[in-house]
Amino acid sequence: MRSDRNTRAPVSLKIAAAGGLLFMHLPILLIFAYAFTTEEKSYQWPLPGLTLKWFAVTWNRPDVWQALGLSVRVAIVSTLIAVVLGTLCAGAISRSKFFGRETISLLVILPIALPGIITGIALRSAFNLADIPYSFWTIVLGHATFCVVVVYNNAVARFRRTSGSLVEASMDLGADAFQTFRHVILPNIATALLAGGMLAFALSFDEVIVTTFTAGQQSTLPIWMLEELVRPHQRPVTNVVALVVVMVTVLPILGAYYLTRDGDQIAGHGK
Amino acid sequence: MVASSSSVPDGAAMSGGSPAERPAILPGRGGFFGAFSDRVWRSQGFLLLLLLAPPVLWLGIIYLGSLFALLLQSFFSIDEFTGLIQYHFTLSTYGELFRPTNLDIIVRTVLMASSVTLASAILAFPVAYFAARYARGKWKALFYIGVMLPLWSSYLVKVYAWKLILAKEGILTWLFAKLHLTWLLDGWLSLPIIGGYSLSVSYTGTFLVFLYVWLPFMILPIQAALERVPGSYLEASSDLGAQPWQTFRHILFPLALPGIAAGSIFTFSLTLGDYIIPQIVGSSRLFIGQAVYTQQGTAGNIPLAAAFAVVPIIIMGFYLWMAKRMGAFNAL
Repeated sequence: MRSDRNTRAPVSLKIAAAGGLLFMHLPILLIFAYAFTTEEKSYQWPLPGLTLKWFAVTWNRPDVWQALGLSVRVAIVSTLIAVVLGTLCAGAISRSKFFGRETISLLVILPIALPGIITGIALRSAFNLADIPYSFWTIVLGHATFCVVVVYNNAVARFRRTSGSLVEASMDLGADAFQTFRHVILPNIATALLAGGMLAFALSFDEVIVTTFTAGQQSTLPIWMLEELVRPHQRPVTNVVALVVVMVTVLPILGAYYLTRDGDQIAGHGK
Repeated sequence: MVASSSSVPDGAAMSGGSPAERPAILPGRGGFFGAFSDRVWRSQGFLLLLLLAPPVLWLGIIYLGSLFALLLQSFFSIDEFTGLIQYHFTLSTYGELFRPTNLDIIVRTVLMASSVTLASAILAFPVAYFAARYARGKWKALFYIGVMLPLWSSYLVKVYAWKLILAKEGILTWLFAKLHLTWLLDGWLSLPIIGGYSLSVSYTGTFLVFLYVWLPFMILPIQAALERVPGSYLEASSDLGAQPWQTFRHILFPLALPGIAAGSIFTFSLTLGDYIIPQIVGSSRLFIGQAVYTQQGTAGNIPLAAAFAVVPIIIMGFYLWMAKRMGAFNAL
């Protein structure tokens, strides 16, 4: 029998695997084409002609800018909260064994494991019962809650690879807790936090299901897009916005991949 | 490491006494930060409390609190005449779930979730198998990014892309025409339940979009499970005379099953709770997510919406329990 390294995949498997990958990527590439179409009223294919004018039109749309601004602000604040909470939780879970440890890791994962609509309606009914009016902060509350798990996953994977004796050495050598954190722990986990933060940003920037329940009358970019999807009346602008959203979310994902590619990836996502 | 100013008195104390008087334990760090550090360092419980308090308080109050509020609401009812919520305990809202129209919604959603799960397992397997067993070096990275990008890229954009694809005047109709297969598409659309006026308003369309959006969630766990299958098992199987499909049936599939179960938890749960995909691509018949959304929004019946939202929680609880009983988590 040939050794494992030399075995080659059967052609049928190669075709099926390539087909699967194409199925996942071609639809997104189609968005790129549609951003340049001259057709305004329908989703006609083949494209009747190509133009750059919709980029200019979109650029001059205040509602798009407003939605984009809100989305970015929400994503930044939620990411910061998630980074702090996720790191603290990962530090506690990975450093020690204690009663309720499993419960706490379940608690962190729950907001993303249950369907988004449940998180959404749960938050809305809580806001209703407590008479909290919808605001920027109600959106942030929801987003930060389900972003924690992303940072947590990345940080836990990194803490596992970081030796606890480094911290002991630092404390033994006379550094106080803050110095140890600043000079020993932080340099070790910084790239994992950055990667987790980027993913959290992408997650928050793109979120729509929970947001529809917590935003009230405010419009984040995904909500703006959702309205366009339900009742399309400015298809070319929507095409351009979709293209921009793809770019804004793809960059953090690639960045996170490069920051964690030596070993973390299996621990972070392999379950 | 830069020595802290607080450690200077420690050093002085150390050099002062004779070896016999020198304490075995270093004196505490001075100052507020120093004392704080000692406290943290000596008592792991205190450190743990400091680390855990913020995230547990946040998730406990905001998330669990909200879930509890939801559960509470589902035991209220709505006054049919005034439309106001009556704040006393009743099970009548849950009773409403068993009306034929509502039961229809639940059955339809579960059927859709099951077929999406099954189809995504079939589509995911070759991709995961190739990536786990044959892809090396650059190809491995390519497959990894190739799955991660669609997994993380914008949900709405993905749905939007399919609206473009499935539209009557869109690329799929054009493709069928080019291949002289329009009769096939028309034949499919004229089928009773799964057909419709065009793909974008049929169950077939809804199914395709669900499949597309959740597929990466199935690939990653299957790949993780297959990575752990030693190549020698497969060689041994074929050396002992098994046909490739026998190797698949008796070796590969059982070993991949935990991964499939883990992936199916995602695909099943995500389909159960989604309300946007069936709203944008699909017929006007409701799914659980849409029922929740319309009940709490236009209908203003928050108790019924809450009761509907409890349904996926119960189904998922049951699903997880079954998966656990079948030993699907043992290998994960």
